[in-house]
Order: sequence, then structure tokens, then C-alpha cells
Amino acid sequence: MNKTILILQREYLTRVRKKSFIIMTILGPLLFAAMFVIPGWIASIEDRDERQIAIIDYTGLYEGRIDDTERLKFEYLPVNKESELRSNFSTSGYYAFLLIEDDLLKKSDAIRLFSDGQITMDVRDHITRNLREFLRNEKLRTYEMDGLHEIIAEVNDVRVNISTLKLGEDGTEKHTSTEIAMIVSIFFAFLTYLFVFIYGTQVLRGVMEEKSNRIVEVIISSVKPFQLMLGKIGGIALVALTQFLLWVALTAIILFGVKALFFSDSPMPSRMDGIEMTSTEHPVGAEMENIESAFAFDQIMESINTINPVNTLLLFLFYFIGGYLLYAALFAAIGAAIDNETDSQQFMLPITIPIIIALWVAMAGFRNPHSDLVFWFSMIPLTSPIVMMSRVPFDVPGWEIALSMVLLVAGFLFATWFAARIYRTGILMYGKKVDYKELWKWFKYSTK
Amino acid sequence: MMAFLEAKDVVKQYAGHLALDHVSVSVPENTIFGLLGPNGAGKTTLIRIINQITGPDSGSILINNKPLKSSDIARIGYLPEERGLYKKMKVGEQALYLAQLKDLSRRDALKKLKYWFEKFEIQAWWDKKVEELSKGMQQKVQFIVTILHNPQLLIFDEPFSGFDPINASLLKDEILNLKKEGATIIFSTHNMSSVEALCDHITLINNGKSILNGAVHDIRYQYRENLIKLEYSGDTEKLKETINKSYEIIESGPSNGFSSLLVKMDEGNNMNQLLKLVINDCEIHSCKEVLPGMDDVFIKVVNENK
Repeated sequence: MNKTILILQREYLTRVRKKSFIIMTILGPLLFAAMFVIPGWIASIEDRDERQIAIIDYTGLYEGRIDDTERLKFEYLPVNKESELRSNFSTSGYYAFLLIEDDLLKKSDAIRLFSDGQITMDVRDHITRNLREFLRNEKLRTYEMDGLHEIIAEVNDVRVNISTLKLGEDGTEKHTSTEIAMIVSIFFAFLTYLFVFIYGTQVLRGVMEEKSNRIVEVIISSVKPFQLMLGKIGGIALVALTQFLLWVALTAIILFGVKALFFSDSPMPSRMDGIEMTSTEHPVGAEMENIESAFAFDQIMESINTINPVNTLLLFLFYFIGGYLLYAALFAAIGAAIDNETDSQQFMLPITIPIIIALWVAMAGFRNPHSDLVFWFSMIPLTSPIVMMSRVPFDVPGWEIALSMVLLVAGFLFATWFAARIYRTGILMYGKKVDYKELWKWFKYSTK
Repeated sequence: MMAFLEAKDVVKQYAGHLALDHVSVSVPENTIFGLLGPNGAGKTTLIRIINQITGPDSGSILINNKPLKSSDIARIGYLPEERGLYKKMKVGEQALYLAQLKDLSRRDALKKLKYWFEKFEIQAWWDKKVEELSKGMQQKVQFIVTILHNPQLLIFDEPFSGFDPINASLLKDEILNLKKEGATIIFSTHNMSSVEALCDHITLINNGKSILNGAVHDIRYQYRENLIKLEYSGDTEKLKETINKSYEIIESGPSNGFSSLLVKMDEGNNMNQLLKLVINDCEIHSCKEVLPGMDDVFIKVVNENK
């Protein structure tokens, strides 16, 4: 049997049989599923927590102007209750009390919200939003225009509701979801980053283990160092693929299982709700509903179809494998150069930096997937696996993907050649403090 | 005697230093060949070249008069000085893996491993992880893996380090057994008593140069210092007086229940002359020439070549 295959087999089997692999394989999908399910669950718990807020209004102008919500109930108290409320607030049962002392149109800071703890932002926002709308209408009323009531009602009804559509070559229209494309973009960019890093580090550890165990000399008296390096990198690549495929399968099972159990008729809550809620400046209203409904479970599946999931997955596999092979070779060279993990720091940095940069650029990539910066970083082999994956859901021209793929293949071939030269000298060097000058010497030296 | 392995004029330059400087070595077939030298002399480099772990800058290695080729790896068994095993792997699984890397089929490997594990009485270790084994136990496993594919050439680099005396003698017997079965053995060590006990031929490498070659007995004879040890009973004072007239007495003291003297003879003088001198003064129990140990030869030669 080919010895490289034999080595690959050992690397694969010993890793797949490890407890940590099995645990991660089971835990990973649970975490993924939890990312979808838990925010919804937390939200549903929070919703039941009802808060009473007392209002003491010296002007009497604002009674009934603040709407109750499912979890915020407002109660107007007579003004003489203020001192009692102030002295016995903690036993009063109220979450907070709102004190309005003057006409807010004249004196906008005559309103204060008291509580014995920190008041959450959504409470403040809710009050602000309600009062602002009321005050705006009041202000308009002072202009005493005819039919003002109708105008206000009409103005308040103005909505902007953009739906994004994709034009096909033949002019057909297809619904797309920018949000879905963004999520897919972040997800795959991050997954590529995670896999390259986790499994690249495993290559480093594996090489170092062989070196510090002193088994390496036994093995390379039977096989060529290059075969050993390739077998290890290949074996770990298969471990990564196995883990990924198991994750996909298990996540799908769990998600559909959870959907069938808990969300049979209501839309699936998404973690995006929370993000949107806190980051938007404009009042959260109808737009929110839009996004929320866009993330309903079935629609997720529908929208995912518009970004061509098969293509995306195949590209992910290609970029993941390409990126992994490129970095794994470099990690192998580092592992061969050092004696223990603490020495790895100085060599890890130049490898880590491009990965981190790639992640930054990818973050820019899903905002503007066709900018120059993003384009170039999706061509450079060191960053292209992550950056290109962040662009793929936004329809990248075919020639760009092809060029980037060719460059990546060239990149990992070069990295493997480069790493192999350092590797075969490094694995037999014990107890030597290695620096870049030394590495360069090894690189130039090993011609045979 | 035919040379099984020959290194001809091998040069190996590492960045900054010359590890092997035109070294030629000839290892006769079916002998135990000692590759000696101080630390850093270039022994491991030569061994690595023979194992094709690294290549020479110039010079050649011949095996059975043919240049070494990559398929020769299967004919060589190598136990490196820096040796180890995968700690988390099971003993049997690991031995099987290493045997397969040496081109043994899985079935052959299993059969042979079974034989050796029984012979060394270590069948119980098969499913243990290597990290559960003591260092000496691991060495046994490594030894088995080294010889499992019946190599014609065996290279042991410091094989006895880490072995207790019982296992060391077991190992020594096995090495002699392998020789009996026809293998050629290269043996690199600092332990000179084991060289005397095992090696037929040696080469001594220092600073990348081969400075001494030959059969162990010849070399010891070549470096003899004309010392004769005499065991006797009789009047020591009188005997000393007689000998001192012609030769120098290095040492005197009891030996094997008798008295003994260590006498340094002149160059060319032999035992007969000493016997003639003392034969009337005492009762002789034994008389023999004392050859220098390989230790002494080693130190002397290395110092001469500084």
C-alpha cells in the first residue's frame, strides 16, 4: 500500500476515535441550533415579565398618551402620591415612576424617570417614542390647519417597504433577501476562518508531537519527510471534512426536529431580531415586522434557495480545502521548526495576521462585496478563502471566482513546496533555538 | 571478507560546519561493526545518510557493491538514538503501523509481531497505550519494530541507553542472535565495554574524520603498552627486586587469592623473558599480556587527533 495513504489513514483514524472529536461533533450542532433557538426562548421568557410603571403628571396633559404594551403597564397616579412613592419606592411594586412637571413643548427636560435599579433601554425608548409622536402631533395642531387630523393620520401611515429582486439574464425577476445573503456570507466566512485555524493548529500540534516524541526519525527512515507531511495534512483535512459533514447533517436534523416540536405554526424567532432592535436609530415599527417575517423559518429556506445553496456549499468546500492546505503547510513548517508550544508564538504571528486581516475584510465584504479592497483580498491566496466566501452569496462574476481559485491552487502548491523544505530539515533539529535567519538557511540548504 | 556496506569518501556540510569530511567506512558482511566517536563527531550524520534520511554532498554509499537506492530502505532496520513512539496509540496498533511502513503486509506483520511479543513475553501489552509503559518497556517494543522485517542491515544507535541490566543482556543476546542468522549490524555507542563484548570491527570518527579503522582485537593489540600481569605466590620483596633491575613495576597487589604484579616490558620484549627472569623466585599461577580496553584506545586516539 502506498505509504502516504498509510500515514493518512493513521492520522485520520486516531483523530476520529478521540473523545474530543466525538464530543465536538455532537456539541457543535447543538451550539448552532442553540444560536437559533435560545434567543427566541429568552425573548419568550422576558415577555411574560410584566412591569408596572407609575406616572405622576403635574400638567395633566399626558394622561393616556403612553400606550401599554404586553409587558409594560402604565398607571396614572394622583400628584399627592409623589412623596409616598419616593420614600417607599422599593415596596411599592412599581418598576419605575415617571415624573412630568411641566409642559414638555415648552420645557423638554421637565420629565424624569425614577427607579431603584438601572432602567432598561427599551422602557425609555418606548416612552420617548410615544411622547414624541404625541408632541409632534400637538405641535402640528398649533398651526391650526384645516383637516389637520386627517393629514396627521395620513402622514403617520407613510411606510417605505423595499423588496429586493434579482434580474436574471432573460429579464426574469427573483426575490432575494439581502439579510439572508449577509447571514450566509458571515456564516461561511467565519466557518472557513474557524476550520482553517482549528485544523491548521492541529497540524502544527501533530508535527510537534512527532518531533518531541522522537518518533519522527523512526518514521522517516521508512518514508520521505514529504510523504509524512502530506499524509498528516491530508488525514487532518479528512477529519475536518468528516466533522463538517456530520455537523451539517446533525444541525439539519436538530433544526427540523425543533421546528416540528415547538414552532409548528408560529414563525421561528431569529437572533437577528435582537441585533436589529438595538442598532437601529429610527423608531422600530413596521420595518421590524418586515425583518421578522423575512426570518420566518419557511421563508429562510425559500430565500436560501435564491443564493444557490449547492453552489455556495461546493465553493465553501473548495475554499475551505484550499485555504486549509495552504495554511496547514505553513503550520507544518512551524511545527517542524520548534521544540515546544511556547516557541511557536513568534512564528504564529505572521500566519495569524493574514487570517485576521481576511476576517476584517470579510466583514467589509458583506457590506460592499464589490469594492476594490474586497476584490483584491479575495484574489490573494492567503486571504481569499475567507474573503471570497463572504462575497459568494452576493453573486460574484464567474471569472473572478475562477481566477481566485486558480491563484489559491497555485498558492497552496507554492506553500507546500516552501514548507516542505523547512520541514525536512526542521524535524531532525532538536534543542536548537530557531529564528527566521535559521529558517531561511534551512530553506536554501535543503536541495537534496 | 566482502564488504556489505561501504561509504566512500562521504562529505556532508551543514550550514557552518563540516559534519563528515571525506569519510570512508567498510562494513564486512555478517559482522557487528562499531561506529564510535565522541558526541558531535558525525556518527549520526553518517547513519542518517545510510538511512537516506539525508543525502551526502559528495561521495557514495554502496550496499552489496551497488549504489544505495530508495527501495533499500526495506533492507535496513534502524533504531535511532532519539527514539520514541506515539504516546496515545496502543502498542500493538502502533507496532503494526510501523511494520507496514517498512513494506510488510498487514498479515505478515501480525504473524511476526505475535512471534516476537511471545518471545519477549509482552503479549499483555498489545492493547495498552504506550504512555502506560515504562521507558525500558517502550525500548523493547522499538527493538521489535526495528528487526521485524528481517533486515539484512541493522543499525543500532546507542541501543542500551535506558535498559536495566537484565533487559540489556537480553538485548545483547538478541543482537548476537541476529548476527548468527546472517545480519550485518552497525552499532553506535559510547559504551566501550559493550564494544569489546560485541563488535568485530570498529571505526572511530572524530570531528567528521575517520581516524581509526579495523578489527577490535587488532586495534587493541596495536595500542598495547607491553603490560604483563603475573599472578604468583612467594616472596614479593625479593621478586620486586629482581624485576626492578630490568623493567618497571606499575602495580602490585592481591589478585584471585594470590599476589600479583603488573609489569611494563620494553618494546619488543615478550612474556618469555619475564618468565625466565622470575621462574626461580616464585610459584607462577598465571601470566598474561594486558591489552588496553577500548576506553583507553578511544581516549588516546581522540586526544592524539586534537
